[in-house]
Formats: sequence, structure tokens, C-alpha cells
Amino acid sequence: MSTTPTTSTPGSLGYAPALESTAIVQLQASYGLFINGGFTNPSAHEQFATLNPATGQSLATVAHATASDVDTAVRSARNAYDTVWSKTSGAERAKYLFRIARLVQERAREFAVLETLDNGKPIRESRDIDVPLAAAHFFYYAGWADKLDYAGFGPAPAPLGVVGQIIPWNFPLLMAAWKLAPALAAGNTCVLKPAETTPLTALLLAEVLQQAELPAGVVNIVSGDGTTGADLVAHPGIDKIAFTGSTDVGRRIQESIAGTPKRLTLELGGKGANIVFDDAPIDEVIEGIIDGIFFNQGHVCCAGSRLLLQESVADEVLSRLRRRVDQLRVGNPLDKNTDVGAINSAEQLARIDELVRAGEREGATRYSLDCVLPNEGFWFAPTVFTNVEQSHQIARDEIFGPVLSVLTFRTPEDAVAKANNTTYGLAAGVWSEKGSRTLWVAQRLRAGVIWANTYNKFDPTSPFGGVRSSGFGREGGRHGLEAYLNV
Amino acid sequence: MWWLNRSLSSPSNGTVGSLTGMTAATTQSPTLTGTALRGVLAGLAGVDAVGLEARVAKLGTRSLKSDTKRRAIDLAIAMVDLTTLEGADTPSRVRALCAKAWRPDQGDRTTPSVAAVCVYPDLVSVAKEALREAPVLVASVATAFPAGRSSRRVKLADVADAVAAGADEIDMVIDRGAFLSGRYEAVFEEIVAVKEVCGAAHLKVILETGELVTYDNIKKASWLAMVAGADFIKTSTGKVGVNSTLPTALVMLEAVRDYAAQSGTIVGVKVAGGIRTTKDALKYLVLVDETAGSTWLHPETFRFGASALLNDLLLQRRKQHTGTYGRPDVFSGD
Repeated sequence: MSTTPTTSTPGSLGYAPALESTAIVQLQASYGLFINGGFTNPSAHEQFATLNPATGQSLATVAHATASDVDTAVRSARNAYDTVWSKTSGAERAKYLFRIARLVQERAREFAVLETLDNGKPIRESRDIDVPLAAAHFFYYAGWADKLDYAGFGPAPAPLGVVGQIIPWNFPLLMAAWKLAPALAAGNTCVLKPAETTPLTALLLAEVLQQAELPAGVVNIVSGDGTTGADLVAHPGIDKIAFTGSTDVGRRIQESIAGTPKRLTLELGGKGANIVFDDAPIDEVIEGIIDGIFFNQGHVCCAGSRLLLQESVADEVLSRLRRRVDQLRVGNPLDKNTDVGAINSAEQLARIDELVRAGEREGATRYSLDCVLPNEGFWFAPTVFTNVEQSHQIARDEIFGPVLSVLTFRTPEDAVAKANNTTYGLAAGVWSEKGSRTLWVAQRLRAGVIWANTYNKFDPTSPFGGVRSSGFGREGGRHGLEAYLNV
Repeated sequence: MWWLNRSLSSPSNGTVGSLTGMTAATTQSPTLTGTALRGVLAGLAGVDAVGLEARVAKLGTRSLKSDTKRRAIDLAIAMVDLTTLEGADTPSRVRALCAKAWRPDQGDRTTPSVAAVCVYPDLVSVAKEALREAPVLVASVATAFPAGRSSRRVKLADVADAVAAGADEIDMVIDRGAFLSGRYEAVFEEIVAVKEVCGAAHLKVILETGELVTYDNIKKASWLAMVAGADFIKTSTGKVGVNSTLPTALVMLEAVRDYAAQSGTIVGVKVAGGIRTTKDALKYLVLVDETAGSTWLHPETFRFGASALLNDLLLQRRKQHTGTYGRPDVFSGD
């Protein structure tokens, strides 16, 4: 008869490598820009390399769009708006969107593998989350295209015209879908600038747009770095800018278009509070914390990067959390059993490293998963900081990496005060089995998105966006149409 | 957890959690007042159904390849409680089942034996006789299986019969009516009483999760059975509409893991009913591995109650070893 259990080690099945094949992806050596329905000649542009963050090796080179390229793209979008798209009925626009959605589904595996190669996220996530959600956004907004008169914005809401859309590197295809689908459904034409480090799935999407026979110029894709984005923002032919990215850049965009008639929506950074009360469903809490901070290596603007634990359960939650962190499988993103993949770039890795050092310097207690990280590429072990004070940099600045800061609270008032003690206001989570308390807390949190007993769940029908330093405007749902309509 | 030591007179008394062998020990029965028991069960954290099912779906994407798959299939075979629970069972059918349990694949002697055969009480002696030299245990359902609708006296007599016939393990059913109407003490006492009659035989307590319906109930019933002295908690009889499901198994695995951490007693989990394919079985093993861990990746602590599953495991095992699929007819239909 045993009285003391021997240590029970999770993960002892020891999964053998289960690699997703990359054969489905046909990479070109170099890419041009997608303007007016076709790709420009790559050799006509200065090229820059896009890396596989898991190896640090170059995947392909991509065109760097100059101010003159941006101008060509905007003119092409304007021409498509004036001559075709503004005259296309909602029902017709819906047909194109449905077609794009189906093509994304048909080529889902190709998109998933390419996303994982270019971004470094685990194939499980690109396959089960990014790509299906991207298709779902096209499907959802296809349904709205012929119903705009009944969307609650008054009779016959008009499109804005040509919109410039700048997207980040954390969910490259999904962010392209979030931007393009509502804009096209509302009747706008677009110039999209994918992030410098992750342009490939947007360029594959361009192929899908060709396959769907979307009229030339309705969507144009210009790759490049921040200067290309600045050229797009500054172009006088743009009616609206939609930007997802850092708060700093968002602020600069807002300054630069002040005084112009351009409209703007910004989806910026965050420092999400994940609040756990003592009556919460504890096993699901642990999964929620893990999904909140380690999903997509923590490269998530709405990440639950500040964990607020009620003191009475803090020890139990932390011991369970540590056991769960120890189970995370960090490694080759193409392995189907990988939980945490590569950091997207050397630059981002340096920033995470710097903030983690700051956390150590300020006296917080660091726990990092003891795992073997690959020698090549960009990697950071999942990390949890305890004994974090509200004044610490790691409790205030967005780290945008797999790093969690844990704080404690005593009362619901205390929890709300701590959760709101940030300049951001994108997302928060509340964990409790008591509905009345969840609602009481949710009403007092200053955040655009609040999850109850879950975290990082997305759906095209649900609006998403922030307040304060996290930006303004909503994407998704009926609200997401408003950003692209003259209402 | 604070309440475990405070409200239970002695949590691990009478519980048998054997890591070292299948030997059971009996000590005095645990005693627990109704109020204390209610306190224990009320103190359990709730289960969020959406989150639970999402976790199962995520673990369902684990991909087992090459060597991992081969080891997992052998482990699954060794965890099978090969079962026949039909009114039409005959001694010859049970003898055939025992032969199969001992050497599941006649064409490949490296195939492990299954953990046990599971039969009705009247056929225990036949199975014992057939398995004399085999490393296979004999389990018997008892306590007016599957409905459990008899008096305590009849249930205990049923258990005593099976034990007297030589059963190594007893699979009892709980009184779901008492549980659902909140008479936890009655359920508790009955498990304690059955455990006493079991003597050296291991006790598996069937919760019949399909009738308990909610995950909160399943979690409560798991704890109730464990504090009452169960050696195993088992999902189902296989005789109702909803049998073992992956989320149910996850709740129970979390319960045995947490109970072991708090009391030091290892309780096993048996999933039963509706598990027919290797693919299903491997999903369960992933749950065991990533929830409870290595201690439970063993026939002493995790079982599949099944019949059709074994042949599919054998088919997949041959595929792993020879590279080609055999015909299903290659294996006996027992």
C-alpha cells in the first residue's frame, strides 16, 4: 500500500517528431508588389529578405515599395473604386468575398505551413486558429455586403473610398483578413501593407484574389518597412488609415494625419489583466493563463500578460501553473506537437530580453522553463515573474513575448483598481463561477474586450478593439463595418 | 487542501493505492459524518465545461508517430480489461475470451497480455480456472450491475459471491439515485461496505457518468468514491446511452492527480464503453500523460474497459511492425 506518490511526470510518452511537410508550399526566390491585379517584376525593386525565425535562414526576398510604388498602388485602388467597385452591388461584392473565403479554406494547409515558416508560430496554431479564423472573417463579412442598409447605420451608408491598411507580424494572414474583409464588404478598395518580417502569406493571399477574379486594383499589396507605411499614411489619395501595431507608431500616425480629412482606426498594444478569483474553475484557469500568455509566443496585443490572483488561492494557482509551464513543448514550429514556437525576429527577441532583465533588476522572481532551445533562430523560454510590484517595468510595459507578470489582490475593488492601473485598455479576463461578481468586475474594467472564464478567444461576429493607449475603432462584428462606412 | 486533514478522520485509511503490486490491504473503514462529507464535496472547485472541452480538443491534436505510437499501442493493449457482459455469455465463450486475453495475437508472441478479463460473478470461477497460469487478472462486476437497484444486503451478497469465486477485482456501481438526490452519505457508506466485503480484491467504483450528466457531478462523485476507499474510479457500465467521453476522463484524471497530491494515495482510472479504435485509445493515453503523468501510464493505474478495441489495437500493432494492414479476420472475434 502506497502512501506517498512518486513524482508523476507529465509528458513521459515522449512524442517522437511529427513534422508537417513543407512540400505544399512553392516559394519563389523573390516577389514583386501586387498592384492593379498583377505582380510587378521583382527585379524592378530593391529587395529585402524575409527570414524563417525558427532557423534564421532567408525564405525569399521581397520588394521594398518606394513612395512612387505606393503612389501607383493608391492610384490603381482609386481607379478601381471609381470605375468598378463603387458600381458593384453588395450582392456581387459578397460573391467575391465568399469565393475568397472558400479558396482560403481550400488552400488552408498551404497557408498554415507558409505562416508557420514566415512567422515562427506553431503549426497547430496556424492550422487550427489563424487560417480557419481568416476564412471565417471573409465568410462573415460576405454576409454583410448586401445588408448594409439594414446594419443600423441609417439608409444607404456609403463606403469611404480608398483605404490604407497597415498590419502587424503577429497574425499576418488573419490581420489581413480582419482588414480586407470588412473594407471590401463595405465597398472600399484597399492598399495593404504587410509587416516587414512576415509578408509571404499576404502575397499568397494576392494569388487567391487573382484566383477569385477580384477586379484589378480593388486590393493592392505593397511590402516594405516602416518607410513604406509612412508613405502610405502620407499619400493624399487615401481616405482612411487602419493600423494595427505598436502604440508608438500609432501615435505617430495620428499626429501625421491630424488636420487632414483622413479617417483613422488604431488597434495598438495592451497589458491585459487576467483576474482570478478564489471560486474560479481552477483547472480551466490554468489553461486560460497558459493560453492568455503563451499563445503565439505571447506576440498578442491582447495577451493576458498581467496575472492578478486573489491572495487566498495564489499559492495553489502558482504551483499548478508551474507544473503546467513545465509541460510546454518549445521547439520546431513545424512539429505538430509544439506548443511554443520561435520569436518572430532578432529585434523582438532583444526587446523581450531587455525587459526580462529589467524585471530581474527590479527584484521580481523569475521562473523560466528549463528547456533546450535551438541554437539557430530566435527563441525565448516561457517565463513567469512572481513578486511583481505594480511599479515594475514588467507590470507596465508591453513585453510582447512569452513572459507573464504575476500580482495578487485581496478584494474585488482591489482587483479592479490594479487591473485598471495601466495606460492600455485592450483586453482583460475575469475568472469566477459567480456570475454577479463577473459582471460587477467587467463593468468596472477599462478595456475594450473582456473575457469571462476564458481568454484569447476570437470570433468574426464579435467586435474587437481597445480604449486609451490601446487605440480606437472596432474590428469584427457589425461594429467592424462602421470603420469602413461613412455613417 | 485544508479540509482534507481537518474533516476526514483519516483520509487514506482503508484506501488502497498500490504502486508496487496488485496486493490489496484492508484496514479500518474511513468514517465521515454527512456534514463533513458535504463540506469536502462543496469545497471542490467547479469545472468550466467550455474550457474543459477546449482542453480536450487541443490535446486531441497531439500526433503520435513511430516509436511513440508503437509503445503507446503496447501500453494500451496491456491496459485492456477484456470484457463480456451479456446475458448470453457461456463458459466456453469466457474460456475463449481468457485465451485471447492471455495471448491476444497468436501470430506474434511479443504482444503483451491484457490486464484483466471482466465478467459477471457466476463466470468468475470459469475465468479463474482458464487463467490459472496467466498474468491476467479476473474482474467481476457486482452490486446488482448495471442498474444497482437492489437492497444493500443483495449487493453485498453479490460482491461476496464474486470474491469467493476468486475475483481479483470488483467493479461496483454507485447508487446514482442517492447521489443525484444529494444523499452523499448513503453513497459513501455503500462504497465503504462493499470495500470491506472485497477484502483483498481491488475495488473499482463505477460512477456511471452518463447518468450524472454534469462535469461538476462527475468531479464530486470521483472525490466521493476516492475518500470512501475506491482503488479505481470508473466511468461507465457500458450499458447506458452515454459512456466514457474524453472530457469525462479528463475530469477524473484531474481528480486522481489532485487526490494523490493531497492524500498521498494513488487511485486508478478506468474508462469504459464506446472506445473501439486505436485512435480513441491513444487520445486517452495523451490525456493521461499530460494530466496525471507517468504514474498513471501503467495498467495498475489506468484501464480500458472494452472488447472490440483489442482487435483494432492488434491490427494497428501489426501495421506498425510489418508496415502493412492485415485483414481483420486474422484475429479471433472473441
